[in-house]
Amino acid sequence: MRPVLTIEDLSIALPAGADRPHAVSGMSMTIGEGEILCVVGESGSGKSMTANALMGLLPPGVTVAGGRAVFDGRDVLALPETQRRALRGRQIAMIFQEPMTALNPLMRIGEQISEVFAAHGMYGPTERERRTLALVTEVGLPDPAKIMRAYPFQLSGGQRQRAMIAMALALEPELLIADEPTTALDVTTQAQILDLILDLRRRRGMGVMFITHDFGVVAEIADKVIVMEKGIAVEQGSAAEVLDTPQHPYTSRLLDAIPTGRLPEARSLEPAPVLELKGLRKVYRTGGGLFRPPREVRAVDDVSLTIGRGEVLGLVGESGSGKSTLGRTVVRLVTPDAGQVLVGGTDLAALSEEELRKSRGKVQMVFQDPYASLNPRHRILRALTAGPVAMGRPRAAAEAKARELLEIVGLGPEAAERFPHEFSGGQRQRIGIARALAMEPELIVADEAVSALDVSIQAQVLDLLRDLRARLGLSILFITHDLRVAAQLCDRIAVMQTGRLVEMGAVHDIFLAPRDPYTRALLAAVPGADWAAENRMAGNAEGARP
Amino acid sequence: MIRRFASNKGAVIGVLILLAVIALAVSADLLFPRGPWAMVQRPFLVPFSTDGLPLGTDTLGRDVAAGLVHGARVSLLVGLVSTLVALMIGVPLGAVAGFYGGWADEGAMRFTEFFQTIPNFALAIVLVAILEPTLGSITLAIAIVSWPPVARLVRAEVMAVKRRDYVDAARLAGLSKFRILTGEVLPNTVSPIIVMASLMVATAILLESSLSFLGLGDPNAMSWGYMIGAARTVIRSAWWLSFFPGVAILLTVLALNLIGEGLSDALNPHLSRKGTA
Repeated sequence: MRPVLTIEDLSIALPAGADRPHAVSGMSMTIGEGEILCVVGESGSGKSMTANALMGLLPPGVTVAGGRAVFDGRDVLALPETQRRALRGRQIAMIFQEPMTALNPLMRIGEQISEVFAAHGMYGPTERERRTLALVTEVGLPDPAKIMRAYPFQLSGGQRQRAMIAMALALEPELLIADEPTTALDVTTQAQILDLILDLRRRRGMGVMFITHDFGVVAEIADKVIVMEKGIAVEQGSAAEVLDTPQHPYTSRLLDAIPTGRLPEARSLEPAPVLELKGLRKVYRTGGGLFRPPREVRAVDDVSLTIGRGEVLGLVGESGSGKSTLGRTVVRLVTPDAGQVLVGGTDLAALSEEELRKSRGKVQMVFQDPYASLNPRHRILRALTAGPVAMGRPRAAAEAKARELLEIVGLGPEAAERFPHEFSGGQRQRIGIARALAMEPELIVADEAVSALDVSIQAQVLDLLRDLRARLGLSILFITHDLRVAAQLCDRIAVMQTGRLVEMGAVHDIFLAPRDPYTRALLAAVPGADWAAENRMAGNAEGARP
Repeated sequence: MIRRFASNKGAVIGVLILLAVIALAVSADLLFPRGPWAMVQRPFLVPFSTDGLPLGTDTLGRDVAAGLVHGARVSLLVGLVSTLVALMIGVPLGAVAGFYGGWADEGAMRFTEFFQTIPNFALAIVLVAILEPTLGSITLAIAIVSWPPVARLVRAEVMAVKRRDYVDAARLAGLSKFRILTGEVLPNTVSPIIVMASLMVATAILLESSLSFLGLGDPNAMSWGYMIGAARTVIRSAWWLSFFPGVAILLTVLALNLIGEGLSDALNPHLSRKGTA
């Protein structure tokens, strides 16, 4: 196989004062024609820096310290900017994680794609238009003529990513660099985009450097894999080798941390319900004027469910399914239009502002974004005691309890005196959990509580939640878009689609015998599903052995 | 943060100038114990021509240097106090409008717009004319014309901050709305308010000078604007009478602007124009 890109001993220096001297050090790799190389690593591992160095897009202060990257017989790292610009787009193309911000919001899709031709001074206007139309058709966008006239905001996330891919393919590059192109997408959309990339690779025979943090995605598309840890390529080899017989302990740790869909043992539960939802509805109305009816979105449409004491119910759905609105309605950050939220017999949805404030302690929430959920100006102790003190508990008792809780979530009592910015994302999420526990709630709503975390951190937080469930008999409504994560922790799973509950059942039933077609589609779209299934078999077989 | 501020050359120069002006204003009575109104020499003495009178004398034989130093007091005092008063009106109004939304927001914003539609300076003139020109009424007039931008800024900031997760967390903790506003939301909006306040002091000094220039200043207080106003009839024969107070205003306002910009960069490192990421 003819190599497209050969990187030898690449080092990228970070500015003085960074947490390590090199973003990437001593990295070597080869991408052949028609080969997909996955660069895998957690955040801060230097995987994106490698791609940025190739494209000459390093942020100010970050420089290439050494090494070569030979593409088409030339060292791209040593090329002057003018030649590099000719190379970009024409021979090496790149797609990004967030297609909304990578597209110009004020330009029509067709214009943006044909701008690539214009930038390289190719073809006349009619030929550009013809080729643009062909590209839009090739990446599988529906109704190409109409899409070309559309603006980015009129497209869905998946369609935008397809448009980005069309732009990248415009000049038939020999190498495509994809930096987490599916991370911001729903699972079903992600599966389609991965299919598209596989298909294009086959038809065009281009090399692909695919950067991801998700081993599921790796299992789905990679030919070769490089695992990066703190700027060093700790392991590389064919996909089969790395996934099945990892050599480096970091790789094994990452692989172990992935929620593989290995199903937990079913537990027997008390029947007493902690939370009952009855016929819950929430409709959002936007726009509308004197002569135009408002647009209605049924975020939550007639949902009824119960959560037993000590039970973890997973609420799974894609973006826009209404799962977050449901979660916020349960804690009544959102007031429902109709229906009841019964917690220990009280209907939270019907309480007045003042009564509600007194019963706030009953249901607590753990938020998705660990960086936005703690007030940057308050010490941790204040974050943990404000609630209990407002509920009328004496300050000294609340502080003692806060320190104890910090110990329980694995941080140590000295964390109380520090500010949020001194903690990492995973640690902040532990603080968020401690804050919820401080109110001694009957139910915790965890809204995508581990989605923003790296896999190994995610696994630790999931372990903590499992541990707390066992020790404190916690009941949790666990909202997630990731079925693999839900399978790890939950007793039962409820699947939501466009505001409705389409299926609810024990984890085993949902995974092994899904009834609803939407549930089946979700399960099929989970990246690396086949690989995980093999693992599950292996795991269960091991478990069956005495 | 202080280190980031100190690394900005312009801001440091601004602080030095401002400190010098403050030092002069504070020690005015020591430097010129006879006050700014005392006639000390012949009128129209050219600067640097007479010992002890480095900046010359004015139309009535008063020491220009004494006027400048005593005038600094008035300018700084009016600038600071009127900014404080403007903040006391603008911050609560903007906070309530942004936090509670709905009718509170509508009401507060219409009220703010009412003030914004009237030209600042015209309103200030009318207010001072009605209230009789004293230091207090001038300060109040300047405060009244300068609070609307504060209210709008605070409202926008509060609206952005109140959507943060930690504010939701505080609601779930059962804190009252007032406590959430004062304890969780407002402290996170201070940085842009501080920046704006430093620039407002500069604007207030300019406004006060303009008012005094038009003869609407406090007749018992020597100020830079008054000095320029009194000297405008003799500007061709005695340039220094309007030149030195003009330079004083220029330097002070420039210093405050430099400080404001430095603060802005130091408090919002991501928006820094220098792009030293």
